[in-house]
Amino acid sequence: MKQFQYIRPATQQNVLDAITKPGTKIIAGGTNLVDLMKRGVTAPDKLVDINHLPLKSITPSKTGLLIGALALNSVVSENTLVLQKQPLLSMALKAGASPQLRNMATVGGNMMQRTRCSYFYDTTMPCNKREPGTGCGALEGYNRMHAIFGTSPQCIAVHPSDMCVGLAALDAVVVIAGKKGDRRIPFTEFHRLPGDHPETDNHLAPGELIVGVEIPDNNFSQHSYYLKVRDRQSYAFALVSVAAALDISGGVIRNARLAMGGVAHKPWRLFDAEKSLIGKPATEASFKHAAQIAMQGAKAYEYNAFKLKMAPGTITEALKHAAGLA
Amino acid sequence: MKSKMPGTLPECEMEAPENSRRNFLKQSALITAVALTPAVATKAADMHVDEKIAEAFEKLPIKFEVNGVQQSLSVEPRATLLDILREQLDLTGTKKGCDYGQCGACTVHVDGHRVNSCLTLGVMVNGKKVTTIEGLAKGEELHPMQEAFLKHDGFQCGYCTPGQIMSAVACIREGHANSETEIREFMSGNICRCGAYPNIVNAIQEVKEGGHAV
Ligand SMILES: Cc1cc2nc3c(=O)[nH]c(=O)nc-3n(C[C@H](O)[C@H](O)[C@H](O)COP(=O)(O)OP(=O)(O)OC[C@H]3O[C@@H](n4cnc5c(N)ncnc54)[C@H](O)[C@@H]3O)c2cc1C
Ligand code: FES
Ligand code: FES
Repeated sequence: MKQFQYIRPATQQNVLDAITKPGTKIIAGGTNLVDLMKRGVTAPDKLVDINHLPLKSITPSKTGLLIGALALNSVVSENTLVLQKQPLLSMALKAGASPQLRNMATVGGNMMQRTRCSYFYDTTMPCNKREPGTGCGALEGYNRMHAIFGTSPQCIAVHPSDMCVGLAALDAVVVIAGKKGDRRIPFTEFHRLPGDHPETDNHLAPGELIVGVEIPDNNFSQHSYYLKVRDRQSYAFALVSVAAALDISGGVIRNARLAMGGVAHKPWRLFDAEKSLIGKPATEASFKHAAQIAMQGAKAYEYNAFKLKMAPGTITEALKHAAGLA
Repeated sequence: MKSKMPGTLPECEMEAPENSRRNFLKQSALITAVALTPAVATKAADMHVDEKIAEAFEKLPIKFEVNGVQQSLSVEPRATLLDILREQLDLTGTKKGCDYGQCGACTVHVDGHRVNSCLTLGVMVNGKKVTTIEGLAKGEELHPMQEAFLKHDGFQCGYCTPGQIMSAVACIREGHANSETEIREFMSGNICRCGAYPNIVNAIQEVKEGGHAV
């Protein structure tokens, strides 16, 4: 690992001052950054440790639940308020990584984690995300783990997070601090598609800090489910995952939220499929229909065509679990 | 010789594509492409420069408690807790399996919580309390989890065992050892290539049901 300077500024303002310099990176849990630094995928000159900032709390706000950027993934997944109000988030978090990693990983770091595309990780391979202009190794390579939605000829990597799939489904909002002031971005607009700039994962501007996420209150807590399909039962990234949340009254769906992981460069919200469910009976037939709609526009590559079958199946199963039919 | 397959990551170890002629051709094409990329060569040169500059970087003083003993050390910011434990403090019980957070062999407790010491920078445990496998026994008396692993043969080669035991103790303390399914899920961060899993689960269940203080 390349040598670097390590600093721990005293206040949030000092952190914002420090991270404006090029070559500087924030470190939170370190579970993604230290991994990438060891492999030479990234090589910052300076790390800014933010762990002592007061951004760990999980508090109810007037309209929802505010979760600090430094709240640990393990803590959020077991928090009473989260379990009561947003059980889907807890399920998504528990499906990610391992208990040890969740004890280190933070909410902000989880959102900012890079893709696990193996061409991105292997510095001897071409990768537009790691080194713009070198090409995409996965496009014609071993692309079994890769995207089926929203790809570009420059990049077909997926965003690896489980937590983010839950937060995208739950209409969360990202709370950001910067030298030019604070701002809020809807979670579904935080991450971006690769387009011509796969090196940019999201819309956080250089010099900005994620301070937390806010999840608005909803009526989904009785009927939500996170289903993750992977190569082994636990401690593996998703082939496909689905966050499903339903508001059901008298057997009829009043409202629905759906998002998929493992299929796109960002958590993939299924707006049209959600719409198709509203006013329908909470039955397997409605769910299958929604799954079909969700798959419109999907495109597979040489080794990931199985996802075209796996994804709608996973959507249907997740909805059945959410509705209490499975 | 580099293969077409990019480096080892868990998701790719599962199913290697068959070694067809087509793959071989793809592979050779890639190797050529990579060999001709000047960026790679330049990067290698950069690395050597880094190594020289490295010595000019300051080491930082850290104070932390390891197994009840206060330690004051001077460490490079890039040194991981795992390397500091093994190389500066000679506590070689904690093992390096993958060094990338993928196996759990390096599991230790920091302020009572289990973490992967291979992804923890030493400078970030300043002021904290670390417990390693060497800190579990009380003198000659083994920790109940160590006894249970011996009794149930919770290992073969033993390489993953310190991490398994640290994780197992945390698993019970966290309240995640209430059923076999729960134990398996909450022990999934510790890989055992010898496959001692059933015996590990038995050991944990015995300690949990025995109501021993862990
Ligand atoms: C073996 C392994 C398996 C895994 N499996 C899964 C899985 O199945 N599902 C899953 O979802 N995840 C998985 N992960 C990824 C894990 O969830 C992430 O590594 C973790 O969430 C990152 O959080 P962190 O706090 O450690 O981030 P860090 O490593 O500290 O930081 C990551 C990035 O975020 C930036 N950053 C951190 N905090 C902020 C902030 N507040 N504002 C702005 N930028 C910030 C950093 O600069 C850095 O670029 C796995 C990781 C490993 C190593
Ligand atoms: S050595 Fe740390 S997880 Fe493998
Ligand atoms: S006992 Fe050999 S790896 Fe677990």
